[in-house]
Amino acid sequence: MNKNKYLAVYAKFLHTSLASELEYKTNIIIDAITAMLSLVGSIFLLSIFFQNTGNIGGWNFEQALIIQGIYTVLNGVTNTWFNPNLREIVRHVREGTLDFVLLKPVDSQFFISLKKISPSGFLEILLGVCLMFYCIKINQIQLSFNFLILCLITITCSICILYSLWFFISTTTIWFVKTWNATEVLRSFLYIGRFPISSFSFSLRLFFSIIIPIAFITTIPSEVLLGFSQLWKIILEICITLIFLITSRRFWLFALKYYSSASS
Amino acid sequence: MVKNIIEVEGLSKSFNIASKDPGVKGTLKHFFKRQTKRVKVIKNINFQIKEGEIIGLLGANGAGKTTILKMLCGLIVPSEGSISVSGYIPYRRTEGFLKNITLIMGQKQQLIWDLPPIESFYLNASIYDIDKFEAKRRIKKLSDMLEIQDELYIPVRKLSLGERMKSELLAALIHKPKILFLDEPTLGLDINAQRNLRNFLKSYNSENNSTICLTSHYMKDITSLCKRVICVHNGSISYDGKLEKLLKNLSPVKDVLIVCSSEKDANKLEKSGFKVKSKVKNEITLKIENRNVSSSLRSILNNYEIEDLFINEPPIDEIIEKILVKKKYTF
Repeated sequence: MNKNKYLAVYAKFLHTSLASELEYKTNIIIDAITAMLSLVGSIFLLSIFFQNTGNIGGWNFEQALIIQGIYTVLNGVTNTWFNPNLREIVRHVREGTLDFVLLKPVDSQFFISLKKISPSGFLEILLGVCLMFYCIKINQIQLSFNFLILCLITITCSICILYSLWFFISTTTIWFVKTWNATEVLRSFLYIGRFPISSFSFSLRLFFSIIIPIAFITTIPSEVLLGFSQLWKIILEICITLIFLITSRRFWLFALKYYSSASS
Repeated sequence: MVKNIIEVEGLSKSFNIASKDPGVKGTLKHFFKRQTKRVKVIKNINFQIKEGEIIGLLGANGAGKTTILKMLCGLIVPSEGSISVSGYIPYRRTEGFLKNITLIMGQKQQLIWDLPPIESFYLNASIYDIDKFEAKRRIKKLSDMLEIQDELYIPVRKLSLGERMKSELLAALIHKPKILFLDEPTLGLDINAQRNLRNFLKSYNSENNSTICLTSHYMKDITSLCKRVICVHNGSISYDGKLEKLLKNLSPVKDVLIVCSSEKDANKLEKSGFKVKSKVKNEITLKIENRNVSSSLRSILNNYEIEDLFINEPPIDEIIEKILVKKKYTF
């Protein structure tokens, strides 16, 4: 794989998709307002949960706010990259335009996952990062280089797990053609990630740790940020990330063998 | 000797196709217990295409033309048989192979809808590893050939269908592919745009010695571009050879228009035993078998007062339509 070529192609993807999005200024403004209102609404909802109790599942309001911050960053990443690109896979398969993707001399997964970008998601990422820094301040967390690296690793792992899950579901389109609903179900599960995993019952905890690892997506990075994560959990998250990335990649390559293209 | 650039041997393709009974009962049954059957859409076909050749794939809807085209460009994995395109096995889709080919589909587009086509061209240039200066040079040359210099900077959504198709062609040719697969490239275009596109393909072929494999339902595309045609019927090849020979086989008669010096002569000729296609006053059109044309004309000239005489080949469109419309045609 030629790294420079891929960087140049990605720069072009960024340029063309930003230029496309900027054609519709009002849409960007509406998306930005929605992102801000959604964050305010989520914090308000969280505050209602904590109104009559000091902590839920061992987390107080200030600590739970950090999960909200990470969730907002992940939702921003989802809206910036996953939503515009991975939803397109369904359209590509239905209309047969996946043909153009497969006939380009670049990796098809790279092309289909990164071609588009939605700038309105950037604001959510920014808001999430601001909320995380605010939480670091109110929870009086000492910042250090190692701490920041660990945070970055766990958040990157969360993004990769989320991407792999989404990509895996989108890939099934090659057989089932229409799978919009499945990705919507995944987004609904992601909402659960706004709350600490320890606040759920044992069976739900098991489900959200093993079947759909929402627990790893938000809770572990939050624990790292708050400084009470255990090393084994971080290692486990890294292992799960690798398993998810490799599996989704293999599944995509396997699925392409069954691609029959759309009729003309 | 010109080498074969495409070689197809014993190629077959089968698909699982779902079937559904009509009505609510059929819909429910289809939802809960989907019945599929294995259908062989391409059946053991063989052909070779030489470098620089333009060939037309002819056949009715559903005959298997597009499936063949998609197997040739590596989008569909064959069930049986082998394909070699420029020395590559298409379905492996290696970088070398993909840089050698292009696929243009008349009914699908790859250009970025909200941006001017030039943005899509530069994106494709970076995908195909073409540096900016070279890309600029190629865009200039191709846009001159296609006469779309002014349209390069107008958003795709504002272009006419013809301008969009020309831009699609430019986007698909920026990497100078050796082999072009065209699936109904003139679909929906007006006569003028169709002619421009055909002229472009002709000059592109002669300039670059590129091989063109084309499917089209527009007869003019086939007759003005292809010397050789492959007719596909029900997934099998029913004819592979020169277009000229196909036309001869399909049309063994000529129309001969005879202008008699009087209506009386025309009436006499009408009753003389020739097969009459039409008669208006002193003008009569006869259908004469190719092999009998000269002897028949000699006899007519000797026995009747003739003012003028025209020999017409039947319209080529009508002949090819026979292949496209007729469900079963044997040669």
